[in-house]
Amino acid sequence: MRDIAIISFDQTPARRSVPELNEVEMLMPAIHGALAKVDMTIDDIGFTCSGSTDYLAGTAFSFVSTLDGVGPWPPIQESHVEMDGAWALYEAWVKLQLGEIDTALVYAYAKSSPGDLPMVLTRQLDPITVAPLWADSVSLAALQARALLDAGKATEADLAEVAARSRRSALDNPNAQLAWDRPADDLLADGYHIAPLRKSDCPPITDGAACVILAAGDVARSKVSRPAWIRGIDHRVEPIHLGLRDLTVSESTRIAGEKAGVAGGEVDVAELHAPFSHQELILREALGLGDGTAINPSGGALAANPMMTAGLIRIGEVASRIWSGEANRGVAHATSGPCLQQNLVCVLEGEN
Amino acid sequence: MPEIQLPASLRDVEPVRSVRTPAQLDYTFTAGDATSRFLRGITQKKIIGQQATPQSKVYVPPRGADPELGAATPIEVEVAQVGTVTSFCVVNLQFYGSGMEIPYTSALILLDGADLSIMHLIQEIPADQVRIGMRVEAVWRDDADIEPTLESIKWFRPTGEPDDVNVRIPGEKRGTGLGSWVGGVAPTELVVRNPRTGVGGTEADGGEG
Amino acid sequence: MGHERVAVVGIGQTKHEATRGDVSVAGLLREAAQRALADAEMTWTDVDAVVIGKAPDFFEGVMMPELFLADALGCTGKPMFRVHTAGSVGGSTAIVASQLISAGIHERVLTVAFEKQSESEAMWALSLPIPFTPPLHAGAGGYFAPHIRSYIRRAKAPDHIGMLVALKDRQNGLKNPYAHLHEHDISFDSIKESMMLWDPIRYAETCPSSDGACALVLGSEKVADEAKAQGRTPAWVQGTAMRSEPTLSAERDTVLPLGGALCAADVYRQAGITNPRKDVDAVEMYVPFSWFEPMWLENLGFAEPGEGWKMTEAGATAMDGDLPVNMSGGVLCTNPIGASGMLRFAEAAMQVRGTAGEHQIDGVRKAVGHAYGGGSQFFAMWVVGTEKP
Repeated sequence: MRDIAIISFDQTPARRSVPELNEVEMLMPAIHGALAKVDMTIDDIGFTCSGSTDYLAGTAFSFVSTLDGVGPWPPIQESHVEMDGAWALYEAWVKLQLGEIDTALVYAYAKSSPGDLPMVLTRQLDPITVAPLWADSVSLAALQARALLDAGKATEADLAEVAARSRRSALDNPNAQLAWDRPADDLLADGYHIAPLRKSDCPPITDGAACVILAAGDVARSKVSRPAWIRGIDHRVEPIHLGLRDLTVSESTRIAGEKAGVAGGEVDVAELHAPFSHQELILREALGLGDGTAINPSGGALAANPMMTAGLIRIGEVASRIWSGEANRGVAHATSGPCLQQNLVCVLEGEN
Repeated sequence: MPEIQLPASLRDVEPVRSVRTPAQLDYTFTAGDATSRFLRGITQKKIIGQQATPQSKVYVPPRGADPELGAATPIEVEVAQVGTVTSFCVVNLQFYGSGMEIPYTSALILLDGADLSIMHLIQEIPADQVRIGMRVEAVWRDDADIEPTLESIKWFRPTGEPDDVNVRIPGEKRGTGLGSWVGGVAPTELVVRNPRTGVGGTEADGGEG
Repeated sequence: MGHERVAVVGIGQTKHEATRGDVSVAGLLREAAQRALADAEMTWTDVDAVVIGKAPDFFEGVMMPELFLADALGCTGKPMFRVHTAGSVGGSTAIVASQLISAGIHERVLTVAFEKQSESEAMWALSLPIPFTPPLHAGAGGYFAPHIRSYIRRAKAPDHIGMLVALKDRQNGLKNPYAHLHEHDISFDSIKESMMLWDPIRYAETCPSSDGACALVLGSEKVADEAKAQGRTPAWVQGTAMRSEPTLSAERDTVLPLGGALCAADVYRQAGITNPRKDVDAVEMYVPFSWFEPMWLENLGFAEPGEGWKMTEAGATAMDGDLPVNMSGGVLCTNPIGASGMLRFAEAAMQVRGTAGEHQIDGVRKAVGHAYGGGSQFFAMWVVGTEKP
């Protein structure tokens, strides 16, 4: 495989609602920021790929007007996935493997604020048997959490520890939406939101955007002193029907992690796209991450969860820590669908 | 695939062919910055275009980004309420609005001072007399009915001026069109001016030619 | 193109109809996918990854429907990918799938594109009024009709060209058992007399709205060589290209878009095509309104500016012409939007493999598949041929 690295990353500050801007207006600062950090323009980019979905803001072809934000003129090589931006990054990585271009720009965005997100997400479910029940995303996650607790694999205190640590880490993240310092014991005193989940176990609803730039080999080295090389990337899916899965494990994450080579070395940092606290525990197990790994130093999706974007942000957050030298080898993870249905794992490494 | 064996109780029941599952989702839209500023102008019966830089294209209505430059459009420029028809179609079915007389004309109109045609209706002239190059002006609703929507302009009607036969039709600056192959040779990116680098295009574009 | 060769080794499609009420969405996709797998002499377990494409999710009323379709398409434990590039999506989906092989990541990829427009209230998806944006006064036809008028003016084309295209494509469609429209009584006069919907577009010059799916099995060189050894001809992917440009911009040409021509030039370069009219044996291009045939003939380098309509008029694009266009009947006969682009790519591959049945052109060695979407702004093309690239 060709050596491809993450060389730039930018994101908009996560907010519950960005009513004063339309989607392209919200997105543009992330694109411009990522380009400016490596002194590039769209004219230096060989391929552009984005991730978004129409249902969040309720407009068909939303990606068509947000493409204006990159200035695709003269015409460019470009594609779009109706998936999290992490999969747009996967497509860009595949394209870079072909060897014809050396750089790619990947962006993702979502405005969840125009609709009622948990209700909107019910439209992902089987349209004949499940969607008519309007089973919302938080309730489905609670079912999964219940399965995990009942299997004796975790306690509510374990969930509270994840929630507390994530928001505490987020205090160092200027882009986070939820950042606070409350001990786990304190969280356990809160009532349930949807049992067994407390509000603190759930992600915020976020409007936001992010952009990542990829480059191959020497182009990457010419732009940053310590590129974050993609050593492995893979994604896998499972059936959507919860009854067909053991919800206490993430088999698709395990396979993706194995294919991406997570076990091939020490993992200094992992950014896991776990919108609900119990999901972090499932993902850690699936990826075999031990105590030596710093988990979600950004605060993760519990601190900011722009749909279609939070997965791409995980990759950017790990890359940032490799550029800075804070970490040498890291794992980024993205998820999609109810209860961790589809998962992507990316292993990033600095050059020594 | 093995034959599916239904339990006895279901064997003589008519199979379900489809289910109807109505769904309603409510969304609260916001206009965003560029559109808000544009629509505020409309409430004052002004058509205010936007541009990214003093040299860049004037967009009406603005959509948040100059799509060639990939930049926000903070500069406001009031454009004329008269313009030229750059193309149109005559509609014979009731696609839009219940009060429309059939046939009606939906046209691309390049307002004086703007760089991109808007799509709007042409009325007060028989549909078969509408033509490319025709000069038209905006007809507003009554003042009491002006709202922040482009529909506050009811339609455009002929001004009676002579046709502008030289109206700029996007893409025709290169004569045969930007995406045409002349002498069997494909066009390249250089047939248009790159708005960021100034490379390409013709001298008329302010490019390097 | 990447370092690994790719070929089409299996092709399947559904019978396309206005309403496929006999199958669910999953059933529709499986109908196409199982035909493609059978054609490739494979089963679900042979597939390494699945790439799905479709146009807006509002058409079926399911958000990111690939998620609920994952197990129906045998994806459990495998990579599954969803592309959405508006109307060009069927083409770009096949291209993304091919890249998974050319990049050396997978050996056998199943790609499926579909639309089941009957599943939700008809046309609801595109008629959602979006606040603060100017209304389209006449739907999609009302958007494209002024551009067609500009072409007619620019090319000085006579009025009957659009009708000739419609007649040809509908007659070609009669040879295609999967086509949605089989209009046995079609004639030049019946087209001429059909209602002028969006002058200059008549009803009979307009694509239908269909339920349908298309599937391709793509294989690596090893897989394709094995198929060939067993007597199944692969269609080698000799080039793929995509281009995008903005919807509404001051400089762009909506009649002959620059992006379309750049896309064609790129894919021809990869496939070693120097004289498109001479080097290409058959073309499937995305023609949802009849006039797009002469427009794309010029945009894709098959005709000089203003000459595209003359090719159509002279019969060059008919089944027995020197550059047959839309042998399958094209989008004018069958339009499951998300699948329409892949159907073009599939027909090109069928022609190369010699499996197009009654709509087969003799001796096709190189064929072009073309798709476009949005406001004539997203382009996807491939060239397939009998020879390894």
